[in-house]
Amino acid sequence: MDPMDAIKQTYFQECDELLASLEEGLLALEAGEGDSDTINAVFRAVHSVKGGAGAFGFEAMVEFAHVFETSLDLMRSGKLDPDPDVLKLMLRASDVLVDHVQAAKGEGVVDEGRSHAILDELAALTNSEPLASRASAVGSSADPATDEWGFAPLKFELDEPATATWRLVMRPTAAMYAKGHDALLFLRELSRLGEISVTMDASTLPAFADLNPENAYICWSVELPGTVDETAIRDVFDFVGDDCPIELSRAEGGSAPMIDLTDFLPPPAQQSINEPEHGAPVVDDKAVVVPDKATKGAAPSAGATIRVDLERVDRMIDLVGELVINQAMLAQRVTESGVGRSSTIAMGLDELEQLTREIQDSVMAIRAQPVKSVFQRMPRLVREAASATGKQVRLVMEGEGTEVDKTVIERLSDPITHMLRNAIDHGLESPEERARAGKPEEGTVRLAALHRSGRIIIEVSDDGKGINRPKVREIAVAKGLIAADAPLTDDEIDNLIFLPGFSTASAISNLSGRGVGMDVVKRSIQALGGRIVIASQPGKGSVFTLSLPLTLAVLDGMVITAGEQTLVAPLTAIVETLRPKPEEVRPLGPTGAVLATRGMHVPLIDIGVALGLRTTPIDPTTGVILLVDGEGGGRAALVADEIQGQRQVVIKSLEANYQRVEGVAAATILGDGRVALILDVDAVFDKRLGERQLAKAS
Amino acid sequence: MTESDYVTDSLELISFRIAEQEFCLDIMAVREIRGWTNATPLPHSPSYVRGVINLRGAVLPIIDLKARLGLGLAEPSARSVIIVVHIGNRLVGLLVDGVSEILAADKATIQPPPNLGCETVSRFVRGIIAMEGRMISWIGLADILPEEEAAEAA
Amino acid sequence: MSKTILTIDDSRMMREMLLMVLQGAGFNVVQAEDGQQGLDKLAEAKPDVIITDINMPVMDGYGFIEGARKDQRHRATPILVLSTESSPEKKQRAREAGATGWIVKPFQADTLLDVVRRVSA
Repeated sequence: MDPMDAIKQTYFQECDELLASLEEGLLALEAGEGDSDTINAVFRAVHSVKGGAGAFGFEAMVEFAHVFETSLDLMRSGKLDPDPDVLKLMLRASDVLVDHVQAAKGEGVVDEGRSHAILDELAALTNSEPLASRASAVGSSADPATDEWGFAPLKFELDEPATATWRLVMRPTAAMYAKGHDALLFLRELSRLGEISVTMDASTLPAFADLNPENAYICWSVELPGTVDETAIRDVFDFVGDDCPIELSRAEGGSAPMIDLTDFLPPPAQQSINEPEHGAPVVDDKAVVVPDKATKGAAPSAGATIRVDLERVDRMIDLVGELVINQAMLAQRVTESGVGRSSTIAMGLDELEQLTREIQDSVMAIRAQPVKSVFQRMPRLVREAASATGKQVRLVMEGEGTEVDKTVIERLSDPITHMLRNAIDHGLESPEERARAGKPEEGTVRLAALHRSGRIIIEVSDDGKGINRPKVREIAVAKGLIAADAPLTDDEIDNLIFLPGFSTASAISNLSGRGVGMDVVKRSIQALGGRIVIASQPGKGSVFTLSLPLTLAVLDGMVITAGEQTLVAPLTAIVETLRPKPEEVRPLGPTGAVLATRGMHVPLIDIGVALGLRTTPIDPTTGVILLVDGEGGGRAALVADEIQGQRQVVIKSLEANYQRVEGVAAATILGDGRVALILDVDAVFDKRLGERQLAKAS
Repeated sequence: MTESDYVTDSLELISFRIAEQEFCLDIMAVREIRGWTNATPLPHSPSYVRGVINLRGAVLPIIDLKARLGLGLAEPSARSVIIVVHIGNRLVGLLVDGVSEILAADKATIQPPPNLGCETVSRFVRGIIAMEGRMISWIGLADILPEEEAAEAA
Repeated sequence: MSKTILTIDDSRMMREMLLMVLQGAGFNVVQAEDGQQGLDKLAEAKPDVIITDINMPVMDGYGFIEGARKDQRHRATPILVLSTESSPEKKQRAREAGATGWIVKPFQADTLLDVVRRVSA
């Protein structure tokens, strides 16, 4: 890759981080949690985005970021009060800045109208002109050096011919040396402009005994060819300012005005070096923030980290997956060869297994990421959803630091997006409605992540009106999803919204009803080995709880046999395993049967039949039953021939070389080197559930 | 790009027999050839999908080419082989009775498939190669896998 | 022996950009991500020239320059400030803090190298 392209990639990555911290900071300020450090960080974020944008010539972004930065600078210096209106504007500005970055990446377009509208609003805050007009003003100035210095352009009407020799006197001060300058270097620079003749003036040099090594005593006179451009000479001294006053004149005739550049420097009132002789400048009041900030150096340092190409980590995880499989295969071969469990070979294998497991855990930990990267996209989404529905929404996020494997992170965004939209669109009431219900007009939506028993839990809750059960029931009946008189519990009614074909889009939304129903959300979560449940209280709100494995790379499974095939059932799906007694199995209808256990009648599903591995179910009493919970709130008893044991397996995609197969979540490779399918328990269950409900409806 | 590479004038093909008929594939699509191992059957799949096998850690679907061409289910024997081919970015195993030879054919001599009004022929046979009195059907791989079920609504 | 330049910038992009240009010109480059890290690395890096950003977390560029100038070994080390702004106030401010010179971002590689050359023997 071209090095500049690589740097551009770095810039975009950095932009993502900066923009996230920008939004985070603005939100903190809005919540009244920010302090001057927060404002500084927010300012820095925009500043850095602008800096890079300039480097790569993203002009529109520079213009936008500049005005944004100016307003933040005012806030930073206390001249602009961070009141709610200002912060709302800045949040919208940060959204537009995101769009600018996306556009620069070539991944989107900027809504010019919106961008300009916000620019105008920002400019109104700062009473400043946008950069574009300022830049053109600069462009009209013929001499960039004067701009650099902030000089008013001077016009010299000199009669002398342009070739008159330049005579320059430079008088270095101690302050100049204190800043790392070296008079010699100026002479060297001057000599690059043309042939020079230098005279040293050491007349002020005191006697050695009186000499203060910190002081500056020596001046130089330099003659340069008259053809040298005056600006070029001045440019040599642009860094030193009045730390090294110079006198520049044309030599001939001696009538040329002596120009002391210091006359044109900013007035001394703005300067703060009181004792240039002592090198250490005394800072003025405005600069007091500097040492103050310095003492805050205790902020957590980044620690020792290295950046690693994600591909390398992925490759390593794949390899470790192979290692786990190979280790299992080796162990099985050794067992088959009849080696005793207490032999040194078997013991060595045990240790290998332990090590392999530890390597796998460590490698997985490398790829774990906080869910923050997904969460940070949500405030914008909520703002947009709120304005689209005319509702007032406060988003509270918790547990952003919760870590989960990258494979899961990537696939969290869609379900969370959908659940949040759903909460705002269907959950929260309008401000008027809330006021009538005696609730604050602003609704609260909470997004939280946490770890629970080896899974990641994502909760989306709202303090809205809760699920309208009579309405949901009515829709489900109207759509033929349930029988009109189906005896359903509240939970079962709530979960009807996950049924394919159920969509409350008729209600209001141009928002959550974008052709994607909650059934799709549920299906995509199930595809990840996840579950989603809803709990709702009328008038108080709803909670969607999403539970997902921490990784999609490995899975704890129960290895079972059904229809002569070895299958793996995800352990998380299994509530209990049991061998049924004959009196617990009751026939129901022509072919069906239920398991009577603990006062419940649970439908029996033969796994072999469900997967089409055989046509007639086995006698459940000769097999083993896996009790599983369906997402619909019910429970099913899956009948397998036998259980081989529990094992951690490496998840292999079927889709990579083939396609999705109904009833199968993924595949794995067992110790004997053969492929075993991982059961999609919910799909097996749902299929039955769906049939049952359709049967009821007909 | 697999077998649709028309840059050169001649094609290298790998030929095999299925039910007394000769077929061939563009060798560029072939990654390797391996012996038959029992495949793990996939539920709810067409009969020509024999299942999946482990190819060095990857899960590889096995297509029974005989069944796919409508010539009846193959009965794998010790002579049967799996030709591992690239189809797009997928790797797929084709179960055939055994590989006979590698041959070169001039593209100009490949005849278009005759129109028999047979769906199978028009779908899988890209051309006919006549060689030393033999007739070899050149198989295209694009439609070998079953069609994806209607993609998820998302 | 080639000269060592300490670059201090919180932006990874800017650090990489400086690295590319400076290394390409034959300098040794030592990087720091903020002023405090810059001070921490001074002793070991013994830079001949320092290039620092101003706006940085933990410790900004002004803080760094003041700290560096208190270090006997670096009272006279050229320190260049990276600045996106070229207003006279900002320049005066950098000068007051003890900077030797400045580089206005965005910069061309040639400009950067030219400025480095101008301030180093």
